[in-house]
Amino acid sequence: MGMTSAQKRGFGATLWDWLTTVDHKKIGILYLAGGGFFFLLGGLEAVIIRIQLMSPENNFISAGLYNEMITMHGTTMIFLAAMPILLGLMNFIMPLQIGARDVAFPFLNSLGFWLFLFGGVLLNLSWFTGAPDAGWTNYAPLSIQSPGHGIDFYIMGLQLSGAGTLMGGINFIVTIVLMRAPGMTYMRMPLFTWTTFVASILILFAFPALTVGLFLMMFDRMFGSAFFDAALGGNAVIWQHLFWIFGHPEVYILILPVFGVFSEVFPTFAKKRLFGYTAMVFATFLIAFLGFMVWAHHMFTVGLGPVANSIFAVATMAIAVPTGIKIFNWLFTLWGGSIKINTAMLWSLAFIPSFTIGGMTGVMLASAVADYQYHDSYFVIGHFHYVIVGGTVFGILAGLHYWWPKMFGKYLHEGLGQISFWTFFVGFHLTFFIQHFLGLMGMPRRYWVFLENQGLDTGNLISSIGAFFMSFGVIVFLINIIYTTIKGKKAPRDAWGSGRTLEWTISSPPVHYNFKQLPLVRGLDPLWIEKTEGNEKMTPAEPVDEIHMPNGSILPLIMTIGFTIASYGFIYQTGNKYWLIAVYSGIAIALICMLTRSLKDDHGHHISKEELERVGD
Amino acid sequence: MSHDHSIDPKSMPKDPSKATTEGKHKFMGLWIFLGGETVLFACLFGTYLALRNSNAGGPTTQELYGLGLVFLMTVLLLTSSLTSVYAIYHMKNNDFKKMQLWMGITALLGIGFLACEIYEFAHYIHGYGFTFRSSAFGSSFYALVGFHGGHVAFGLSWIITLMVRNAKRGLDLYNAPKFNTFALYWHFIDVVWVFIFTVVYLMGMVS
Amino acid sequence: MRGWMGKTKVFFVFLLLASFLAGCGIENLTALEPKGYGAEKSMDLIILTTLIMTGVFIVVMVIYVITLVRFRRKKGQEDYVPKQVEGNHKLEVIWTVIPIILVLVIAVPTVLATFDLSDDSKADELINVNVKGNQYWWHFEYAGEEIQTSQDLYIPTGERVYLHMLSSDVIHSFWVPSISGKMDVNAENVNTMYIEAYDEGVYWGKCAELCGPSHSLMDFKVIAVSPDEYDEWVNDMQNVDTDAEPENAVAQEGQELFEANNCMNCHATDSAASGIEAGPQNNGPFGPNLTNFGDRSRVAGILEHNKENLVDWIMDPESIKPGNKMTGQYPELSQDEAESIAEYLLQLKPSEITPESAGD
Repeated sequence: MGMTSAQKRGFGATLWDWLTTVDHKKIGILYLAGGGFFFLLGGLEAVIIRIQLMSPENNFISAGLYNEMITMHGTTMIFLAAMPILLGLMNFIMPLQIGARDVAFPFLNSLGFWLFLFGGVLLNLSWFTGAPDAGWTNYAPLSIQSPGHGIDFYIMGLQLSGAGTLMGGINFIVTIVLMRAPGMTYMRMPLFTWTTFVASILILFAFPALTVGLFLMMFDRMFGSAFFDAALGGNAVIWQHLFWIFGHPEVYILILPVFGVFSEVFPTFAKKRLFGYTAMVFATFLIAFLGFMVWAHHMFTVGLGPVANSIFAVATMAIAVPTGIKIFNWLFTLWGGSIKINTAMLWSLAFIPSFTIGGMTGVMLASAVADYQYHDSYFVIGHFHYVIVGGTVFGILAGLHYWWPKMFGKYLHEGLGQISFWTFFVGFHLTFFIQHFLGLMGMPRRYWVFLENQGLDTGNLISSIGAFFMSFGVIVFLINIIYTTIKGKKAPRDAWGSGRTLEWTISSPPVHYNFKQLPLVRGLDPLWIEKTEGNEKMTPAEPVDEIHMPNGSILPLIMTIGFTIASYGFIYQTGNKYWLIAVYSGIAIALICMLTRSLKDDHGHHISKEELERVGD
Repeated sequence: MSHDHSIDPKSMPKDPSKATTEGKHKFMGLWIFLGGETVLFACLFGTYLALRNSNAGGPTTQELYGLGLVFLMTVLLLTSSLTSVYAIYHMKNNDFKKMQLWMGITALLGIGFLACEIYEFAHYIHGYGFTFRSSAFGSSFYALVGFHGGHVAFGLSWIITLMVRNAKRGLDLYNAPKFNTFALYWHFIDVVWVFIFTVVYLMGMVS
Repeated sequence: MRGWMGKTKVFFVFLLLASFLAGCGIENLTALEPKGYGAEKSMDLIILTTLIMTGVFIVVMVIYVITLVRFRRKKGQEDYVPKQVEGNHKLEVIWTVIPIILVLVIAVPTVLATFDLSDDSKADELINVNVKGNQYWWHFEYAGEEIQTSQDLYIPTGERVYLHMLSSDVIHSFWVPSISGKMDVNAENVNTMYIEAYDEGVYWGKCAELCGPSHSLMDFKVIAVSPDEYDEWVNDMQNVDTDAEPENAVAQEGQELFEANNCMNCHATDSAASGIEAGPQNNGPFGPNLTNFGDRSRVAGILEHNKENLVDWIMDPESIKPGNKMTGQYPELSQDEAESIAEYLLQLKPSEITPESAGD
């Protein structure tokens, strides 16, 4: 079992293994691969945008294509790159951190992944016939009036991948509540597990709002309803509310997990326990809670009136408090420590100033009247890239460098890592810092061209040059992955020598049942506790006994294919009713899969005591 | 650790739906899922409340709604929730036959509710020309009530599948959690209906 | 060591660059040189928040740099195990309370300014303009004055002008950075804001909400003139002689062509032309009002105002504003015909008050 024996089998068997896997580690890797692929696509779109904006009144791409490009860049990066990569990390690491052998619903986990992947593929298939072009926020009525099928692809693609994400969220919540190892109380959980938990709660309560919004838009575009049609009494602002009730928590879904990553990386490389653990946990909850109260700060200029604007402005500013608590707790984790700087640490250290700038501009944006100037200008573009790149992307890269040895058993190359870090870091600030000023100098966002003699040339040029630096950094990172896969240095269990949490107590990469014996957790940072007491290993909480594991299944993949066929049918049935055949047959495929799952008992399989003893641990 | 799920009924535990880890996971998973569903319906309620007076010249809420039918529907659904409680009571005592009986009654009541709803919609469409497309009010009404109806329909196909599938083999540790999760889902649908009854119909009659 | 040094250097360069560019935006476009009431209010808050936040940033960076210098692992310290500190109540209280105070310092003026800028209690006594956003042009109807213009909005300096904004199609957003922050122009409800320019000038306006392919080309101007000049302009616009003969033969031919080629279906040359009323539907006008076209500051809102550009526009608007609603609405014109029409349009100058009066 596991990856080593999979390699000995034929290609077909290996492929089948990956297509049917319900192992949270493999699904995690699939998420990383899928998300990584879309990250490259989104990055390519970003470079095309920056080439178009390199000089005034440029004609590199047409206006229509430009709008498709910005829409797909935003949608891809948020839904298909950042979130899946985070879900991949959570999937792989979180069960290891709580001492579990899998997630609560392995079958759903697999279904969630395939839904994300096919949703993403479906969305990108729109490139062949015309991509969505109303911005990633897809505001009605522009999106309702958009000709062609681009927006329909957006609706169906996001509906699919959103359903997948929701399943992931529910799965993680149940896993964390019910599957912690003996002794792993809530207040002993590693911060990454905590942030996974809270981000999952956010997913649970935020995504249904998007689901409803997408349904309403689907009905308006495909079935003639009138939710957003002013002529029949509809109201397009409802879309904005639904979108941001989802969209603002989404920002925290993206940032909280990487807060968790940094809270693991800093203690490991400073050899010091996380400063103010309890405060960090409560700050996470507070951010999540406030995250649901502030959506209308994206809508200060919509005309909600001064009362609503004031309430949402003050609520938004309040988020600065728990975020500040976190920043200072990280700083004081490092203070007095023994700080080792490697690539994982560089990404984490670079995060602090970068994200602080993003947070600063966040508070500035919260001031409603100041926002009348910032709103929908390049200032906002600068702000949220500081948060999402300087926060989420830095965090993802820190996490990848940190956990790569655990996931693949090999260290990423340090030299290549540093090259990619420095080029990306410099490129990032070059690209986005200047954009704050461009915005205030009168450049609105989503501008296909900016005119000559408006004082915007230099800033845009600098910004575009930065984008090339960032691209270079990403390419070096890819080379690093290839190099590491071929010639990387092998990693032991405790890859960094100063690991504190349970994932560092098992082999790198872990066997497919993770723990031969579930560990007994005696406090926060269980491995560190054992190490300080001179123990080589965790104390097991159970004798070696046979282990019950779930069976793989191809049903999630087939079910997803069914949903995808149905989605394709929905998109095209507006023009030709024969496409309804695709709708019905796709739904039939999905229903048959569900029925099969329901009718056919699946009791899982057992790994015998003998095998466990033979393999060792 | 025994892995035989279809153990002797005499030695079945008091509540077979919670005896296995899978059972516990499922039950909690559904609770969590219902949290998401709550947001889903909350958004639909919000949309309905924002658009209910945008009838674009069509019938208003007062002209449209009649309490008689809706009251009957409420009675049917509330009763079905109660009968599902009986069913689960018998399940916990490992009395499969009585559980099936009460689940069957639950399903019948659900079908009755759905039939009334279909009649109601047909009445609005043919009697008043009030459709999904006629106004923003129409769209939001059918979206909210229709989503609920869709949930009822899904629940019905769920319980009927479960009952047919397990008719011959009786209750065991593997299928008991499935009945239990269905019951929880069914209560949720019932609660949503109470809100629809109040917010859509009662408030629609008044305002 | 090189790590953080490199980083601070990078930041230093950025700060320099930033301050250099900050003064660089062009006048009457940049929000950094406010010339109106709204822009000034915003700028006050921008400065206040920037100062406070920069202070926070400096504190963070000082701790950050000291930490990295002092506590970086040195050779021979590989086995050193630092003291495991759980936390520190005093410190944690400090960095909870101080941010709360800072937030309050920002919140109070924010709330005051928010209410200030939405005050429309005196709207009745002042100038009210109904603004209509269209793909991709702006229409202005002066309430009660029987004046309509498009693309160029004339206002008097030192006076509040209330804008009641509605869209005929998708959402737009009205933004004149140097005078005021932006507000969305929705299709289902009228949004009201006011603008007040301190100085005479021609101010750039932009659409700030994605509205289709030519979103970036939906520019307009706010022309602030002295109150006297404004009164004169109002007077001139109210007394346009619609029967006046064009001054030369080419222009006369242009007028005939203008009438013969469906232009009148959408474009009015009479400022008082009625037919616009507030409401969610697009009840017109369907094209910009051309009454004072000769005095426009730009062709199509973006091109320099000359005959050549106007002819290009008439011949092929699609190549200038992709997705505009004019393309294909009239028979194909020859170069000569387009030139005649351009000649006619460019001599529509009912008023002495032009962008030049505002110092352009």
